[in-house]
Amino acid sequence: MLRNSPPGSADIGALEHKARRLRRHLLTMARGQGQGYIGQGLGIADTLAALYFHELRYDPHNLTWPDRDRFLMSTGHYSIALWAALAEAGIIPVEELTTYGADNSRLEMSTLDTTPGVEMIGGSLGHGLGQGVGQALGLRVDRSDARVFVELSDGEMQEGSTWEAAMSASHFRLDGLVALIDCNGIQADGPVVLDMEPVADKWRAFGWQTFEIDGNDMTAVVGALAGARQRNGKPKAIVLRTLPGKGVPRIESSEKSHFFRIDVAQWDGIIAEFEKGVGAAQ
Amino acid sequence: MEAGRALALGQDEALGGGRRSVEAPFGRALARLGESRPDIVGLTADLGKYTDILPFRDAFPDRFFNVGMAEQNLVAVAAGLARTGKVPFATTYGVFATRRAYDFIAIALAHSNLNVKIVAGLPGLTTGYGGTHQAIEDLALMRMIPGLTIIDPCDATEIEAATEAIAEHRGPVYMRLLRGSVPVVFEPGHIFEIGKARRLREGSDVGIISTGFMTERALDAADAFRKQGISVGVLHVPTIKPFDAEAVAEFAGSVGRIVTAENHVVVGGLASLVVETLFDAGIAKTVTRIGLPDRYIECGAVPTLQAKYGLTTEAVIATITALS
Repeated sequence: MLRNSPPGSADIGALEHKARRLRRHLLTMARGQGQGYIGQGLGIADTLAALYFHELRYDPHNLTWPDRDRFLMSTGHYSIALWAALAEAGIIPVEELTTYGADNSRLEMSTLDTTPGVEMIGGSLGHGLGQGVGQALGLRVDRSDARVFVELSDGEMQEGSTWEAAMSASHFRLDGLVALIDCNGIQADGPVVLDMEPVADKWRAFGWQTFEIDGNDMTAVVGALAGARQRNGKPKAIVLRTLPGKGVPRIESSEKSHFFRIDVAQWDGIIAEFEKGVGAAQ
Repeated sequence: MEAGRALALGQDEALGGGRRSVEAPFGRALARLGESRPDIVGLTADLGKYTDILPFRDAFPDRFFNVGMAEQNLVAVAAGLARTGKVPFATTYGVFATRRAYDFIAIALAHSNLNVKIVAGLPGLTTGYGGTHQAIEDLALMRMIPGLTIIDPCDATEIEAATEAIAEHRGPVYMRLLRGSVPVVFEPGHIFEIGKARRLREGSDVGIISTGFMTERALDAADAFRKQGISVGVLHVPTIKPFDAEAVAEFAGSVGRIVTAENHVVVGGLASLVVETLFDAGIAKTVTRIGLPDRYIECGAVPTLQAKYGLTTEAVIATITALS
């Protein structure tokens, strides 16, 4: 059965509820191994909720349907969030989430395309956008109106191949290509080590129609995605300003938010902190 | 186009010693295939004219994409196209494909076994433009990538046959390209099969195991020796991976002296594969390796350089003569 087709009006409350469910999954998953890329997952959860439960046109029971919208996660280490979204979308079993990062699990800490619903091998940063360009060109050859969404990150913009892809997308006028740039301000060595600002201006200069929003504000995310539907000859960039660890103050404020590893016992405290925040919000 | 690439043009392939030649055999074969295969698309990174792919572009402009000077993106875009069911043929020079886009060929293509064909010009010593343009170590680099098929064709006939074969084959391929006026060594009807070596001359005194255009030299050398009463066998190995170890071991067992001949450094390519194969098969014979030394080659005219580095027929004859 097709999801999100045709796109209806957004129920912001319901999407926020989905995002909370994703975050709850993420925390359970990271607790299982005592570690993971939880900061990034919590930061991007709102975007994934908006994509899988509002914007992306797909059939969870027919993953190779040629006219599906594609979602490519270039940052393979964000897999924790993708697994949660795929489980909520009914593509993989929710019970499987607890195997995240375990030996022989399909739910690796970095995405492999052998897991259902994964459109590329992420993780070697700078690969995603070019593959998105290729998929968008292939869809054009097939005269399909399906779109291609590529998530990439602020740190990943330091890979030159990202800009090779950015140039080619505007050259080929790929207006069904949407880059979702997660600007969470962290990378492996700490806070973003090479200043990438002004991010939105860079994308505009490369010929992209660019939106810059609070990536943890569901109304803003849904609004930017709606704006990006226009087929006007320009690829779309949505610059998402996100907070790593969003929803859990202890992770939000951690300097180790690129890769988070703590005792299993402490995870219970983290989860309690999250639930307390959820309770206060409702 | 950058100046360096312009200078590398037109001084290509000092091949053909009196043989008939065919213009742009790869591009013509691809354009022919495009008629019956709407899934084939073409790509290049600002080297369409110099990798013979323009016949395909002219026939199918809507299925051809020039991504500019951006080899990583060339491979990434090809990967994306393959994900939508296309069979991309992506051309550039071997140096740029292998050195600049290695991670993309390894991860975006081979790890996912995507159906992309990289067609790479200026293999080995076929340009006098120096180390920046001479893909002297591409076979070695590509050989390390799991699941990648690697082809080094000999002549125009084999390029056409290999183009058809790799289009039919499902999976990533790296094929070396001889461009422009390419000599015809093999007659029509020559059989090319991915993964299969061919014994082209029988002989027991010396056995030459060769790949790429060095097979042309090997055949001419074998014919010259035959007139002197020395029997030289030739085993042509156009597929570097998967390697036809069985045929190589059988051939090596049937000859007195073994010589390898490749348009590539003598480390990591054909010579290394033959030595590994003989060791695995328990064949204790000395192997004489004809190929490029393990260092960068200077600029110069291609015939001069090929003679200097032992890649001409005369040099092959001299090397074999010195064995006895």
